[in-house]
Amino acid sequence: MSKHEYAFYPGCSSQKGASASNYLTSVEAMCKTLDVKLTEIPDWNCCGASIGYAEAGELPRHVLNARNFALSEQNLPGQEIVATCAACWLGARETRERLTHSDTLMADTREALKEAGLTINEMPEIRHMVEVLIEDLGFEEMAKHVVRPLEGVKIAGYVGCQTNRPFGVAGESFENPVYLDKMVEMVGAEPIPEYEQKVTCCGGALAFSEPEKAQAQIKDIVESAYDHGAEMIVTPCPLCQANVEIYQGQINKRYGTKFDIPVMYYSQLMVVAYGGDAKAAALNGQVIKARRLEEIAAKPVKR
Amino acid sequence: MSANTAVAAKYRNNFLKEIEEQVEMGDWVKMCMQCGVCSGSCPTNFQGAWEHPPQELFMMIRAGKREEVLTTSSMWNCTSCYNCIVRCPRKLPITHIMHGIAEYAHRLGMAPKLQPTRFFSGLFWKNCTHTGRVNELKLSMGLYFKDGFVQGIKNGMAMQAVALGLVKAKRLNVMELFGGHKCKDQKGIQAMLKKAYEIERSRKTARIAG
Repeated sequence: MSKHEYAFYPGCSSQKGASASNYLTSVEAMCKTLDVKLTEIPDWNCCGASIGYAEAGELPRHVLNARNFALSEQNLPGQEIVATCAACWLGARETRERLTHSDTLMADTREALKEAGLTINEMPEIRHMVEVLIEDLGFEEMAKHVVRPLEGVKIAGYVGCQTNRPFGVAGESFENPVYLDKMVEMVGAEPIPEYEQKVTCCGGALAFSEPEKAQAQIKDIVESAYDHGAEMIVTPCPLCQANVEIYQGQINKRYGTKFDIPVMYYSQLMVVAYGGDAKAAALNGQVIKARRLEEIAAKPVKR
Repeated sequence: MSANTAVAAKYRNNFLKEIEEQVEMGDWVKMCMQCGVCSGSCPTNFQGAWEHPPQELFMMIRAGKREEVLTTSSMWNCTSCYNCIVRCPRKLPITHIMHGIAEYAHRLGMAPKLQPTRFFSGLFWKNCTHTGRVNELKLSMGLYFKDGFVQGIKNGMAMQAVALGLVKAKRLNVMELFGGHKCKDQKGIQAMLKKAYEIERSRKTARIAG
């Protein structure tokens, strides 16, 4: 039996053929090495994300998240819910806070859930995968499994917004969180603590609806990484990853830049450092190929 | 009587009260002390996108500028980055208030019709609640084709390189157009959401009547 077991809330973007499917693949390989057992919440639904606000309203949004809590309680009693997506984590955690603080909202939520034959008796803890790594396992435990350090690779730790604000990781500051840099160091790579765009917004959903506004922000994020000599960017958020990676071509056209920098998930770095191959780290899921990581992943492992 | 004229009549000359009773987190508005940290922390306001940045909206609400507040495109520029929330010295949940005012303006039919993020926001919610999970392909297509077929093809062409890159990386599946990921208990989800809307509506109507 695994020492660390959680109810897993993968979220829409990590499904097969969706925009963050490479995230899930690498998380699975990472968890295998770390002996973390994730059991998917059966029939989980979308969190509604922040951007659904025009139609979501307050109660429907919380009911949507509460359905996942109820399913988790019913099928995986006593387990904490772990999300890999920043928006899923934020949405679920916000619902948890609101329902905990308002008896009316809780009663209304229970009444609505009844329509789906569900109920909540206990409010679950909602964790992000990086919280599990940092708090439940710790850097020392994570570092133990490194058999192929990413020596000499300079990586800009781009934390972004929603894993950082408004909740964030305990003990970290909103303006300058350092856990991602520490994770970069942990896999044997070189962090860039002075990377000043680490908590800049990627534009979120505006990357779809108003690309010129989002791309102005993405440009700053990428440009600063280059200015600091980064070879790649790493992030804990699926939307940050997609936005910062896939629009680089359009930004080049718009601004005359020559951006071509890979944007990775922390889990991909860890899988390669843990001795996993390119497939386990889902390196084929990059739109901008991470050649340096591919080379490292092809090397034999130091045991 | 339209929804708008009904609430306007009830809250005549007291727009602050209207926001407090009808908008999510609206009762926080009076706590703003006009320091402007929210506006200085907002990434899209930094680009000059907001006609009225948050602290200005708060003052306008207190000044009874109902029409101006509800018809502005300002709060639709929110990227949900939560910078304003963590920096506000009085801890106003500004992001949620912005979403709340936007939702209220949308509900009353006063939000600017052509605002692209307003459109996308509604599209996203419909998309994710339809089957319980987001269909990313239909979501993108829905956005590209919002201004008609010809513009849709043009938008699609402009996004061709981005889409192809994702398809090659197996992060966009064209088969999603014919189904895609979904929840099993869609009926339950629809029923529970319907109930949630009913409860929320009745609570808000009760406040107008009260």
